[in-house]
Amino acid sequence: MKKVVLAFLLFTGTVLTSHAQKFFTKTGRIDFNATAPSSPEKIEAVNRTVTCVMDAASGNIQFAVLIKGFTFERALMQEHFNENYLESDKFPKAEFKGLIANNASVNYTKDGTYPVTVKGKLTIHGETKDAEASGKLQVQGGKITATAGFTVLLSDYKVAIPGVVADKVNKNATIDVACTLEPLKG
Amino acid sequence: MKFYTLSFLLVVTLIGNIARAQDDLLSLVGEDKPKKERIKYAFKSPRVINAHSMEFLNPGTMDFRILHRFGQLDQGYKNFFGLDQASMRMSFDFGLLHNLMTGIGRSTFKKEVDAFIKYAPIRQSKGPWSSPVTVALVSGITMDGLPWADPTRQNYFTSRLGFYNQVIIGRKFSEGFTLQVTPTMVHKNLVQLATDANDIYAIGVGGRLKMSKRIAFTWDYTHVLAGLPETGYFNPLSFGLDIETGGHVFQLHISNATGMNERAFITETTGQWGKGQVRFGFNLSRTFQLKKPKLD
Repeated sequence: MKKVVLAFLLFTGTVLTSHAQKFFTKTGRIDFNATAPSSPEKIEAVNRTVTCVMDAASGNIQFAVLIKGFTFERALMQEHFNENYLESDKFPKAEFKGLIANNASVNYTKDGTYPVTVKGKLTIHGETKDAEASGKLQVQGGKITATAGFTVLLSDYKVAIPGVVADKVNKNATIDVACTLEPLKG
Repeated sequence: MKFYTLSFLLVVTLIGNIARAQDDLLSLVGEDKPKKERIKYAFKSPRVINAHSMEFLNPGTMDFRILHRFGQLDQGYKNFFGLDQASMRMSFDFGLLHNLMTGIGRSTFKKEVDAFIKYAPIRQSKGPWSSPVTVALVSGITMDGLPWADPTRQNYFTSRLGFYNQVIIGRKFSEGFTLQVTPTMVHKNLVQLATDANDIYAIGVGGRLKMSKRIAFTWDYTHVLAGLPETGYFNPLSFGLDIETGGHVFQLHISNATGMNERAFITETTGQWGKGQVRFGFNLSRTFQLKKPKLD
């Protein structure tokens, strides 16, 4: 009996460990867009240095991004984004820590595309709020491509939009995340 | 008994696995090494008020500037406190690199054209190998376009030219406070009197105090050290407000100087603050993005 339990224990431990496979990237991409419908110019930016780590076993997924890493078409817009809106000297990072709600329905060992919902805490401009997004996980050849789209109300994160640009800056910004994750060793 | 112990161990293992899974995943990939990072946005504009600031235009942008200097406030209502008269300068400045810019402008005063190039070998930064200050070099040329004062004598084209060289040493001390010092040399090829010096030496002090995210108080003073006649000329001192809207920066100010290039405001300021010979003026700056980075 003792040996059986011990064997079981070892087996369970091994299985759990092998399932606790983590995936990561440091070159994920975020597209930010806060263009109001009436705006004559596009208020959008891209960041290609998103760090993202995912734990396939638990469905935990987290990503972080440096605000200064966002590139706008117009340098002046980028300056204002950093200096006046996101205050990147005070709040250099934005991050999300959450969970894939339907992680059980994803088969990480089988290639395919799985629709997922992520729920968690999104921190922007020093403010943390609950956030939810729908996206998908594409498993292919041991790599996972994770994409998700968040919509955030800027005022929730204490990002003030002055009256003069109210017709240009949308109250709701979209944050599209796309990360190709590779197995994390060690 | 042993069975219970083992069961207990099993549970602990399970819990341990779950607990580990909820750790800070981002810490697993480690922080990137700190990089050298430039300190940006020391001023809203590449000019404090009249003087060049330690700040540069973003590469690929053009700054179209319209400057106005009105008449003296002490003229009272009959000249609407100076607003009836205006002297202006129009200019186009171009950001070439993060530390290199150039510009050309023309003033109505003396129909003068001026051009400059500004380069910073050192920019204020933080992180490894950083510098606490920005050191920028400015070199400019001015050319007046007035008819010759005495057409009967032999006049040379070079007599129209003036030059200036300056070093800007500046530091953004905090988000709200920036200060810079600018030793300057102005050379005039032709001066009015034989006794006047061709070289004028001066030192400027400029600064910014941010009052809110989009409004800042600025000042700009140049102290002439040598080269100007004892009487009749005064050191230019200006106080201003920078107001930033979407694509514009408005720089409203009062100053005793009328000139809008270095030769003019450093060597030809005749107004005196003490006598109320100050004037209202504004710089309007609109930035255009000429070269766009690819986002896709």
